[in-house]
Amino acid sequence: MLIAAAVLFLLLRLLPGDPANALVSVGADAQQIEAARRQVGSDLPISAQFVRYLGQLGSLDLGTSFVSGVSVLEEIGRRLTVTLPLTALAFVSAILLALPLGILAAVKRDRWYGGLISVVSQLGVAVPVFWIGILLVTAFAVKLRLFPSSGFPPSGWRDPLAALHQLVLPILTIALVMSASLIRYVRSATLDVIGSDYLRTARALGAGYGEALVRHGIRNGAVPVISILGIELASTLLGAVVVERVFSLPGLGSMLLSGIEQRDYPSVQGVLFISTLMVLLVGFAADLIQRLVDPRLRGPSGGRS
Amino acid sequence: MTALPIRASRAPLSVLKATTAAALLVMGLGPVLAAEGGTDATINIGSLYEPQNLDNTAGAGQGINEAFNGNVYEAMFRLNDDGSVSPSLVKDFKVSDDGLTYTFVLQPGVTFHSGDPLTSADVKWSIERVTSPDSKSSRKNSLKPIASIETPDDATVIVKLSSRSISLPYNLSYVWVINDKAKDLQSTEDGTGPYALEGWQRGAQLAVKRFDKYWGPKPENGEVVFKYFTEATALNNALLTGAVDVITSVQSPDSLAQFKDNPDFTVAEGKSTTKLILAYNDRVAPFDNVKVRKALARAVDDKKLLEAVWGDYGTLIGSFVPPTDPWYVDLTKTDAYDPESAKALLTEAGYPNGFTFTIDTPNYDPHPLAAQFLQGELAKVGVKVNINVITANEWYTKVYKAHDFQATLQEHVNHRDIVFYGNPDFYWGYNNPKVTDLIKASEEAKTVDEQTEKLKEANIQIAEDAASNWLYLYPQIVVSKKSVSGYPLNGLNSQFFAYGIKKAE
Repeated sequence: MLIAAAVLFLLLRLLPGDPANALVSVGADAQQIEAARRQVGSDLPISAQFVRYLGQLGSLDLGTSFVSGVSVLEEIGRRLTVTLPLTALAFVSAILLALPLGILAAVKRDRWYGGLISVVSQLGVAVPVFWIGILLVTAFAVKLRLFPSSGFPPSGWRDPLAALHQLVLPILTIALVMSASLIRYVRSATLDVIGSDYLRTARALGAGYGEALVRHGIRNGAVPVISILGIELASTLLGAVVVERVFSLPGLGSMLLSGIEQRDYPSVQGVLFISTLMVLLVGFAADLIQRLVDPRLRGPSGGRS
Repeated sequence: MTALPIRASRAPLSVLKATTAAALLVMGLGPVLAAEGGTDATINIGSLYEPQNLDNTAGAGQGINEAFNGNVYEAMFRLNDDGSVSPSLVKDFKVSDDGLTYTFVLQPGVTFHSGDPLTSADVKWSIERVTSPDSKSSRKNSLKPIASIETPDDATVIVKLSSRSISLPYNLSYVWVINDKAKDLQSTEDGTGPYALEGWQRGAQLAVKRFDKYWGPKPENGEVVFKYFTEATALNNALLTGAVDVITSVQSPDSLAQFKDNPDFTVAEGKSTTKLILAYNDRVAPFDNVKVRKALARAVDDKKLLEAVWGDYGTLIGSFVPPTDPWYVDLTKTDAYDPESAKALLTEAGYPNGFTFTIDTPNYDPHPLAAQFLQGELAKVGVKVNINVITANEWYTKVYKAHDFQATLQEHVNHRDIVFYGNPDFYWGYNNPKVTDLIKASEEAKTVDEQTEKLKEANIQIAEDAASNWLYLYPQIVVSKKSVSGYPLNGLNSQFFAYGIKKAE
């Protein structure tokens, strides 16, 4: 975490520009620019800025935004109320879409629709997120007027239905893109299971095809899929940057983007710090779940061979 | 970015629509009905310019002028949408014969949103906030002549100047009058305007509500919500789907057709003050040579560029002064498009084979397109252009502050900003003592006519010197729903007065 923080800090400072520039406009004189630099601390040497930053991190203080003067941690908290539900719901929808389709594509790989699912999901991997977003907006918002084209209600989740209504298209956008790659993983995991010896044995012992798949297949097939899910969930968080922009959502991603544009270091560092933390946590959770599902992973002492 | 056209077959879509709509109704998620019209209507304004904070002296950006000028905060004077200046919080004022003492009498019965009455102390505090050492206001310089401010009683403000300043009322129209007890102006407000801040959701929208104790005429609507977008396409879609009622300033020419051909919308063109210019660093060779600058002005077909970017919209300009400034003169004939004479001038200047230079190009529209166009035009007279794309933030460090550039593209949005050519330290480094003197003298003029005469003369001289290459004046296009009217068209200095906006019932 400390290394990540240091790398982020240095990379940001390598970008040309100055956070003080966000505070001045054409017409400001040299004196005013210097005053702005003093205010944000960009007149200090980088080492001094870094020490200051570490001190803040140590006391779990992410600082205040250079531009808006708002506490970064509070702002991140507000933004997370958009980004977390968006990511979580998109993730669940993607799984709900990908699991049946992926298994179907594997089991019925000889039928035309099995093949079709594989081809479409292959294509889906190649399509950029923003393009799907634009297509969905054009079809469901502009033409059909079913969902709003963008935005998030100011009342937030106090009116959950209105909030959900606003989030349908962004969720669908992420879910579609994410399920495309998930389907492929689920399909290949299922294929492995279908071709495995234990499944053949189970069937030889009298279990039906479906029963064998459910009793023995799912657990075995789930292990590789879960680790992929962990990675996918983490990348969904990052994919939210693009989706939030397309749908003008006040989430973490849009905070990051405007922060970078303005060289608002505290905001950028804060967002990256929190999202790095979340990615690590997700990875950790995926590990734990894998161990729950597959007893063989629970360490050498407790393992069965 | 343009939306991709979709030609989906009708039948399956309408079936899908019916079933999805039914499903949604069951779930209680039906589309939210648009708010009612009338005098308590909510007006939703779509904009690309979200303020960074709520303080116009602390780098809030042009968005804060749009949302707050005249709506939440008022000044002593108001810059009207037609460019004229009229008293606002000032009821009456007198100027001494030497032009150095202004006595302002304030409007009676004015109340801040917090409930405190407006007094002369608030006005003094508000002006000093802009002139203070901490101020990041770009207007600080224009208020330099102010020597002292006195407040003999609660209703009177006396401003003493060190030199005459004919534009003082105009310059004061930028100074928000704020309650001197207000705290945290970056995220709250305490102004006297017809609307009070209701809520601000960063990254999404800012809502203001009608202030019932407002001293002036009651606004035509009950609430105004500024909704912010980062993508022009998303903004246009919001108008198409009814999520916003009006777009303050359309910045994507491609999207105009969908509104123009649609009877549900009004497309209105006002007069803008935003100029796209190719600014040279007039300090460095070869741009310190007037002949080179004139040659480059003649080598570029501005009309073709304007048409490529904006189609039928926008205006050609021959100098930095737009037609709405009082000192406008039609200078489009000065160094008009003439590539042959451009080559001749280059030869005269000692560059018969042309030269190579770099344009620092901001990375957002229309700058990259304009840079490529210039590259093509100048190649025809033997001048090679390298394009260096930079962000807005880098532009401030490299070009504005360090003057480390040969030429740059930039849009200048302000009204009456010819004065920048009177400052030899400005980023473009134009230094003609005659112009510097004229601009200084114009500010010390005794009458508006005298001021106008001097600035006209300066304007003509700047154009003669081809100080920069003024490419075109942006159009100012406001698009609204048919049922919405009464919005300002020109949006001078990004202002967008909302109190006159009506929504039909």
